[in-house]
Amino acid sequence: MARAGVSPPARPSAPRARRRRILGTGWALAVAIAAALIIVFPLLWMFTTSIKPESEIISAHPGLFSATVTGSNYVQAWHAIDFPRLFMNTVIFAGGVTILSLTFDSLTAYALARLDFPGKNVIFVLVLITLMLPFQVNLIPLFLLLTKLHWINTYQGLILPRATNAFGIFFLRQFFLSIPKELEDAARVDGASEFKIYRTVILRMSVPALLTLGLFHFMYNWNDLLWPLIVSTNASMYTLSSGLALFLGQHVIQYGLIMAGSVLAIVPMVIAFLVIQRRFVESIATSGLR
Amino acid sequence: MRPAGLVARIKDPFATRSRRRRILVAYTFMLPSLIVLAVFMFYPLIRAAILSFTNYSVFGVTRYVGLSNYITLFHNSQFWGDLVNTVYYAGVTTPVSVALALALALLLNRRGLPARGVLRAAIFLPAVVSLAVAAIPFRLMFTPSIGLITYWLGAVGVHSTDWLDSTTLAMPAVIIVGIWKNVGFYMVIYIAGLQTIPKEFYEAARIDGASTWRRFRNITWPLLSNTTMFVTIIALIASFQAFDQIFVMTQGGPAFSTETLVMLIYRQGFQQFQLGYASAIGYILVLIILLFSLFQMRYFNRRAIRY
Repeated sequence: MARAGVSPPARPSAPRARRRRILGTGWALAVAIAAALIIVFPLLWMFTTSIKPESEIISAHPGLFSATVTGSNYVQAWHAIDFPRLFMNTVIFAGGVTILSLTFDSLTAYALARLDFPGKNVIFVLVLITLMLPFQVNLIPLFLLLTKLHWINTYQGLILPRATNAFGIFFLRQFFLSIPKELEDAARVDGASEFKIYRTVILRMSVPALLTLGLFHFMYNWNDLLWPLIVSTNASMYTLSSGLALFLGQHVIQYGLIMAGSVLAIVPMVIAFLVIQRRFVESIATSGLR
Repeated sequence: MRPAGLVARIKDPFATRSRRRRILVAYTFMLPSLIVLAVFMFYPLIRAAILSFTNYSVFGVTRYVGLSNYITLFHNSQFWGDLVNTVYYAGVTTPVSVALALALALLLNRRGLPARGVLRAAIFLPAVVSLAVAAIPFRLMFTPSIGLITYWLGAVGVHSTDWLDSTTLAMPAVIIVGIWKNVGFYMVIYIAGLQTIPKEFYEAARIDGASTWRRFRNITWPLLSNTTMFVTIIALIASFQAFDQIFVMTQGGPAFSTETLVMLIYRQGFQQFQLGYASAIGYILVLIILLFSLFQMRYFNRRAIRY
């Protein structure tokens, strides 16, 4: 009934409807651009401030851009902070955690998804409990443990406590369960070992899931502050995040210098994001759904 | 069933051996993870519980003090103040982030919107940068002597003091940064949710002459309820653990007005070395987050049935 009533008058006003849709798109575009500008603004300001001379940064009438462009803040920041070292530490920390965690998590997830053994439910429940625990509760005992092991200010101290991850085990288990069993039956009949099936069938089928999870681990650890802050007490072991946060404490009045340092600290991640942007966004999208 | 299995086992000695082998294989697969979890997760968890019943500090003799740390906490206005701060932070950050994320997702999911990819990427950008580093420009932006925000506000007649020096404005400042960091992340999850809604629903509603609001209210919102729940829970858990931008922008100040529970653990444990006391605060945080995580568990269980 409603259909019959609305359809006929809709036809003559089709151009008007189209005009209204275009107008709606115009509004949506304007709002979206405004939102994007507001969100990017702090990062943009950080960059423009980093290329201003100090006198213009503290001027009474600050602008977003300045007439004179200088690279001296970068030269100073590069000398004040050992960026190659911080960068290397961050790569080793985030990369090490990612590689170890993907390996260990997928092995455990395989056992939980495909093998039958006593204690399976207990272990799965333990993983779920771990998933719910905020890691901050372990901060102090972990610090004491690492101190006793003499692992403070070491890569193993940064990496090994994070070498497995409850979310990773859970995520991969769910993914492995969705892989049809028929694929491995042939291999099993041929007498392939479980490890061979894990390696040649399951892992090969799970490349997208592993990439997604790997990106998560990498991004999370690359950007983490609290954990590296506690494990590294020596400037030569700082990561980009902890190094910059602590550097700010000492140089809070040298604005241009700090901004140049901040730009250098986030540039690697921003470039990585721009290069594999689609992958990033898809990863986040699949993490919540599917 | 059991006797049959028993008979089979007795009859076939190979079955027993292969069963033992299967168990061995399974535990070999899990060995690395189990060692890491035992040493770096469960042992510290138990240690933290024990510590929370001691007066352990770097100085002095360690003694068991029973529930004394917890009792002190409950009588400590500092702890209650920080708990209120944490709830304030989470209570504002979570709903605002989720609502903004949904609005942006609806906006950027419009068909025919030009430059959709670029706009999405720009809004998502904060999710990939380090919050600790991004908080550095924010800290300066809220400073009147150089910050553009305060300068522009001044130009339109709103004269603001240093936000980060004000016990009432410092918290809103760190909340803004918290929202800024995560809104794009949640938006992308919402966009993925929106794309699972069949287009036929909207076509049918349009034919029925349903308004934009009615279409949102009766189709989008109910069909997104799973996504909303997921996003709300992860946003809540994340905001109860807020630390990075607070550490960089205010260190919990001024006058502890932005000190959250995680900041308190850090300060008590690593600056004042009251390790037993800090462990007790850690367990309070566990209780709070456990509560929310139980909802998350129920959510995962429901999904496990659906898919």
